[in-house]
Amino acid sequence: MRDASRVFSSTLLWPLLVLLALLVVNVVANPGFLEVRVQDGRLFGSLVDIVRNGAPVLLIALGMTLVIATRGIDLSVGAVAAIGGAVACVYMVSSPDESGLGTALVACALALATCVALGLWNGFLVSVLGIQPIIATLVLLVAGRGLAMLVTDGQITTVNNDSFRTIGVGFVLGLPVAALVAWAVFGLTALLVRRTALGMLVEAVGINPEASRLAGVRAVTIRWTVYVFSGLCAGLAGLMIAANTSAADANNAGLWIELDAILAVVIGGTSLAGGRFSLAGTFVGALLITTLAATIPNIGIPSETNYLFKAVVVIVVCLLQSPKARAVLRRRRTTPAPPAPPAPPESPTPTLAKAGTR
Amino acid sequence: MSTQLRPAPATTPPAPGGTGPRGTGRPSRGRWHALRTYQPSGRFLPILATLALFLGMLQVGGLRYEGFTSSQVILNLLTDNAFLVVLAVGMTFVILTGGIDLSVGSVVALSTMVAAWTLQDGWSPVAAIVATLTVGTVLGLLTGMVIHFFDVQPFIATLAGMFLARGLCYLISVESIPIRDDTFFFLASEPIAIALAPWQGGVVIGLLALGMVAAVVKRAALRSALLPVLVGLGVGMWVTLLLMGDPELTTTYSVVIALATVAVAILVLHRTRFGRTVYAIGGSEASALLMGLRVGFVKVAVYAVSGFCASLGGLLFAFYMLSGYSLHAVGMELDAIAAVVIGGTLLAGGRGLVVGSLLGVLVLGTIQTFISFDGTLSSWWTKIVIGALVLLFVVMQRVLTRRQS
Repeated sequence: MRDASRVFSSTLLWPLLVLLALLVVNVVANPGFLEVRVQDGRLFGSLVDIVRNGAPVLLIALGMTLVIATRGIDLSVGAVAAIGGAVACVYMVSSPDESGLGTALVACALALATCVALGLWNGFLVSVLGIQPIIATLVLLVAGRGLAMLVTDGQITTVNNDSFRTIGVGFVLGLPVAALVAWAVFGLTALLVRRTALGMLVEAVGINPEASRLAGVRAVTIRWTVYVFSGLCAGLAGLMIAANTSAADANNAGLWIELDAILAVVIGGTSLAGGRFSLAGTFVGALLITTLAATIPNIGIPSETNYLFKAVVVIVVCLLQSPKARAVLRRRRTTPAPPAPPAPPESPTPTLAKAGTR
Repeated sequence: MSTQLRPAPATTPPAPGGTGPRGTGRPSRGRWHALRTYQPSGRFLPILATLALFLGMLQVGGLRYEGFTSSQVILNLLTDNAFLVVLAVGMTFVILTGGIDLSVGSVVALSTMVAAWTLQDGWSPVAAIVATLTVGTVLGLLTGMVIHFFDVQPFIATLAGMFLARGLCYLISVESIPIRDDTFFFLASEPIAIALAPWQGGVVIGLLALGMVAAVVKRAALRSALLPVLVGLGVGMWVTLLLMGDPELTTTYSVVIALATVAVAILVLHRTRFGRTVYAIGGSEASALLMGLRVGFVKVAVYAVSGFCASLGGLLFAFYMLSGYSLHAVGMELDAIAAVVIGGTLLAGGRGLVVGSLLGVLVLGTIQTFISFDGTLSSWWTKIVIGALVLLFVVMQRVLTRRQS
């Protein structure tokens, strides 16, 4: 806890500043941006939209954070989300009582079970067979959308079920259900990971799987579990995406969401090299990504250029976090002040170590 | 001649003896020798498996559908996937160093856009082509520099490149831009007759057969490379037979460009210092650095090569589609990666052959031909089968590398 402020200042500072800058830009472009009003017992406003639209990315980024902390990566989450949505929608359409609450519950359970099974598969390839994570999950990334289309038979399956719709567009106590669900899962995970030894074990596995195994950590089980958890999160996100439009679109549901999620994780300061993770960072990262997506149409730029801005943000944040780039910046800042030899003074070293290796 | 990184004890005895009495046999023997020493036999196993898969799929297709194994259909595998061949070649360079390039699909789209836009603006075709290739190469170079100088993971840096290229596409135009240039039309659709007359084919097959006999006679010198050499010559015969099979056989310039790219890539990878360094970095970057190899230069250059190949592939794609559009080639990077993996290249880097990637593309093309010939199979089976094949090859590589280590 005592380290918290130090870590905070080094890894969370930049994303938070960028997020703040984005909000300022939004307010300048559209003074009513921050306005939140109550109408029909629910909250309305751009901020509420950002929070609601960001729920799937937040969930997937949550699963991704733990996977990345074990030095892995899960590229298949977008495809898994599509499969989850497809399974739920196809089940509801084919069941006799399409609009019932029970049907929706069974459909969701079925979809989540499917996604857990897919997570089991990914985890099996990575932890038991020892295949590199990027390749093992590439298999499902390539095949997954095909499987989703197999489930929906290539159609966009539309469902008529209000209970199911609630997951995507419903409001409880004035707050969007999607965001509440995502936050609840997020909070529970944070408690589980940071209030027990689990988080430390995950990080240990990420630093050195072999050494942690020899130290008595069940490395295989932990690596397997994080992929299953990632599958579960992806399934939940897939349900939200499908419920948002009340339809399962095998081709476009969750398209490139894996990249958004990875970006959110990286922006949040979790190193892709594994061994450390920051859930708070992921939270900020996911917010940042969604805010960026909302900013672009708000300031009157065609939303197609979204990618350009995303690229710029990725590059800037990555460079700001890269130890080497920081060293270059620091050297430039320190050289004019002290005498000629640019021998690294005492002060930058701890900061660098903090940014790079912790 | 390539320097032999791998000390081969067996080579030393014949060399001094061979200088005097056996002067005539030496040059060819030395070449075979180099071939043998620098690739252990295990290296050829995945590529032989890919070849077997490809030929097996053609065989099954030929049994099930009429005309599947006709010369023109098989040649069309190349014609329809020429751009993917070029992409896969660039991707092979990157993956051999242990990196990955996610930006190639977007760079293809950007290249079609740049080509269409410059042509629309009244540039000459040559200028348009040069501009397109420059844009791709510079983008790749920048990505490589970010990766090398700032220690950003290839995955993230090329992801940024991917977004950047797509964003630039939309900046040029949101709409599709048609290409109406005569040179592009010519390159896209001008048929090149490549059918061999029976006597020409006969001569080639005769030469290949002689080569086979020579290989069998010299099998002691070839040792573990004997099988791959025989298979290679056999494939050569098969291709010759295909070219003899249909006097009307034609192809396009795209195929010529793609095959030329493959040939150049093979030369660069196996006959230059740059190529050897690529393999060395993939094997172990730290060791390569300690050996004094120019790791930084090669790491940056590999992404520039990939960017160049992506923009060249984009040009071929523009020939194929005759339009520039921001939504071209979505997800094509996955096809390129899958082709490289199916071609037997280790994703961890250090092992793999460009020819394998060519075969990988042919396998992907065969799956598509299968589905279009069948008519009852839905298009999504392509994705599922490709995924299954990637899995198969990844598991196979895993088993092979585990056995060796």
